[in-house]
Amino acid sequence: MTYQRPNFRHPDLPQNKIGFYRKDYEGALSTLCAGCGHDSISGAIIQACYEMAIEPHRLAKLSGIGCSSKTPAYFLGNSHGFNSVHGRMPSVATGAVMANKDLLYLGVSGDGDTASIGMGQFVHAIRRNLNILYIVMNNGCYGLTKGQDSATADQGSINKSGVENSFQGIDLIGLGLELGATFLARSFSGDKSQLIPLIKAGLSHPGFALIDVISPCVTFNNNVGSTKSYDYTREHIEATGSIDLVPYKSEITHSQIDGTTQIITLHDESSIQVHKLSQDWDPTSKISAYNKMHEAKTVKEILTGLIYIDTESKDLHSVLKTSKKPLNALTESDLCPGNDALAKICAGMR
Amino acid sequence: MNPTNIQDPEYFHKVVDCQYACPAHTPVPEYIRLIAQERYTEAYMINWVSNVFPGVLGRTCDRPCEPACRRGRIEEEPVAICRLKRVAADYKGDVKSLIPGPPSIKNGKKIALIGGGPASLTVARDLAPLGYEIHLYDEQPAGGGMMRSQIPSFRLPDEVLSEEVNFILDMGIHTQFNHYVKSMKEEILPKGYDAIFVGTGAPRGKNLSDLPGRNEAAANIHIGIEWLASVAFEHTKKIGKKVLVIGGGNTAMDCCRTSRRLGGEDVRVVVRSPFNEMKASPWEIEDAQHEDIPFYNMHSPKSFVTKDGKLVGMEFEKVEAKYENGKRSLVSTGEIVFMEADDVLLAIGQENSFPWIERDLGIEFDKWETPVLNDKTYQSTVPNIFFGGDAAFGPKNVITAVAQGHHAAISIDLFCENKDIATERPSPMTNLFRQKMGIHEWSYDNNTADDKRYKVPHADKTKALKDRLLEVELGFDDQMAFKEAQRCLNCDVQTIFTTSKCIECDACVDICPTSCITFTTDGDEADLRTRLNAPANNLTQELYVSEILPTKRVMIKDENVCLHCGLCAERCPTAAWDMQKFLYNAPKACSL
Repeated sequence: MTYQRPNFRHPDLPQNKIGFYRKDYEGALSTLCAGCGHDSISGAIIQACYEMAIEPHRLAKLSGIGCSSKTPAYFLGNSHGFNSVHGRMPSVATGAVMANKDLLYLGVSGDGDTASIGMGQFVHAIRRNLNILYIVMNNGCYGLTKGQDSATADQGSINKSGVENSFQGIDLIGLGLELGATFLARSFSGDKSQLIPLIKAGLSHPGFALIDVISPCVTFNNNVGSTKSYDYTREHIEATGSIDLVPYKSEITHSQIDGTTQIITLHDESSIQVHKLSQDWDPTSKISAYNKMHEAKTVKEILTGLIYIDTESKDLHSVLKTSKKPLNALTESDLCPGNDALAKICAGMR
Repeated sequence: MNPTNIQDPEYFHKVVDCQYACPAHTPVPEYIRLIAQERYTEAYMINWVSNVFPGVLGRTCDRPCEPACRRGRIEEEPVAICRLKRVAADYKGDVKSLIPGPPSIKNGKKIALIGGGPASLTVARDLAPLGYEIHLYDEQPAGGGMMRSQIPSFRLPDEVLSEEVNFILDMGIHTQFNHYVKSMKEEILPKGYDAIFVGTGAPRGKNLSDLPGRNEAAANIHIGIEWLASVAFEHTKKIGKKVLVIGGGNTAMDCCRTSRRLGGEDVRVVVRSPFNEMKASPWEIEDAQHEDIPFYNMHSPKSFVTKDGKLVGMEFEKVEAKYENGKRSLVSTGEIVFMEADDVLLAIGQENSFPWIERDLGIEFDKWETPVLNDKTYQSTVPNIFFGGDAAFGPKNVITAVAQGHHAAISIDLFCENKDIATERPSPMTNLFRQKMGIHEWSYDNNTADDKRYKVPHADKTKALKDRLLEVELGFDDQMAFKEAQRCLNCDVQTIFTTSKCIECDACVDICPTSCITFTTDGDEADLRTRLNAPANNLTQELYVSEILPTKRVMIKDENVCLHCGLCAERCPTAAWDMQKFLYNAPKACSL
């Protein structure tokens, strides 16, 4: 960890379109280990929110417990935040999303917080298509308790003390596909050029967007034999393609479109441009996503990029047909319209 | 791009902007750190070794280091380097024991120095400890040259100057003061010196000799530098109530401020050029304005007006500046302005003058009457005669004269040793020291202070204007000096990158406060500059490029606004980044 960070920034950095500098999206100084992948993900979140010109007070970040769940302290210092109980972030997020549908929600969790103690909560958040971007900072170990194998550690991966993991690892993307998640992506903390557009797309997606980010634990799981180390990930990474988020009303220039480009229009008429690296993959097809994932698994490759997106996604509020006005903004007169209104309703039921 | 060759001492030298900009290449951050640690004597000695006159320069330097200071690119103002140098001089302990005395063994060579200013004294300082017998000639009653005659005492007290001049003279220099050398041929050459150094400055002040009324009014028209010398040596003690100072350089500022102290009540500076193009240093203009001296810009002298054979004023023609192809011309507006004056001081530039050097000695002069010299060795067309300071390439400043003195001393030493003065010159001494003390501990203070530049306190104006000898600037006290020193970014503590250790985790990219570091695919410099994490538009600052990394990318660091805070190295899990202090000592004839 580092104690102090100078207050000066590069004097020529531009403002975004709402007049904020990148610095306005930063948080406190990280206390994670030097070289932790999580810090890179924090950096990617800062950059994505700066580029999207999100007003910091329009976003709420939520987390559970763990190294990953500490990171909301290190980005978006001017946004709302809730550091909840271990594995219980989805419940808190559900409450928050239900109460105020007008905010953007960013859930940050780790492999322990999601795939072990929080699994019961995680799957229901997916099932309900809660409108949240859920980032898993996945390092395959319990870094905060000195690196025991976690539930996402791959079978055969060797930990720092030289012991091979004999259990099957949980594939969060595979699980998400089974549960009907509407936005699934995998990325790598060491590849911001892929991660930043995915975060932007995930924040724009109406519904549950899961990004499983391989984030090496530089202290406890970056050894030879680990399948979540920087070196192993770089050697075995395979990208489905790269994407760009094109905001609503921006012109898609012709030069960006070629035979390998697919344009996916989102609900708000912004779109995701997918530059495909393989022809036999269609990010809007679940079957294509299954096939691609299993192929990669067979040849021990780590498939990254946007893996599946449901363009017809309906989030929890749409499913429940809640009022347009956020529930927390409803006043007593909205909720209790009075005797006349009651009389009218009663009359309609005669 | 080719990977940066950090073995080349000039690469990191260039990163230390202040030191690089200094003609004498004084290791600025090194002495600023010592000041912050209250180690004033050591800070002084680092300066003394490099620039010979820390007390003088700490008050009067033209400070090319300050516009170069990296801090000025990060916030509004650079570190007050010059005034920190003065702190080292003001608070130093006994340095006499650290300064070499006369050498006990002589080398049998005799050197003549003509002129006793900063260039000559630097040559003396560099050569005397090596055993040279040095004879110094000067027309003034004491050493220091223009530092004594032209810089007024309210900017540079006599005791400060004399102390530093005497450090050198006490090395056993044979001085011939009050001795104006009238003839090189008759007075100097017959004495058989092994080498002769000419450091006679630029002693001739320009004159408006063609202006109408010049001769009639001559009694009240004074050449600025001569008048300043006359004041310094107490031949002139007063001036009229209404004074016009013609010219916009530093000499004009000294003239007008001195006039205010000798009885001038309505003292005006009249300049042809626009205010923002005046040659004087901004801080000297500021000090003059503070003493209620108005500036009349865009006024071109037209005539001296006399009445009964005595000066009563001057006529000026108002001009306007026109710019064409970046060149300025001053065009008359036709408007004539009269200003009353009891005395006029001309400070419109000065030039070299060598009436005492016979033109049949083999010393070639060009059409501007300046000597033909080698610009690295300062050797003239006569192999054992060297020039330096303003005498060499025209008027510059004290620190340039010192730097030229160092170069000339090297040449003289090599010449006397029968070595090749062009090819056998010594290299700079450079060194890199690792700064790591612990996990987050460096042997330098790596945190960056937010403080704005501190202003040097001034003496009370009414008191200062009554006493020509009262120093106006009071200097920083130790507390202010500490705070100002903390503004230094320690640009000499270099970020060293080892490609083979990097695991490309991006930690340095994420932590760098000023977004200096980028990992991307290689390209040529122009292309790379467009693809960095922050704009890299300052082409005078280098890009530090690594070898190709395992992902086929390269690490690129734009040196421009690096805070040298060390966070990249603190955040690096594999110590691929390291902070190492780079020390660069410019070559000198004598290593002190």
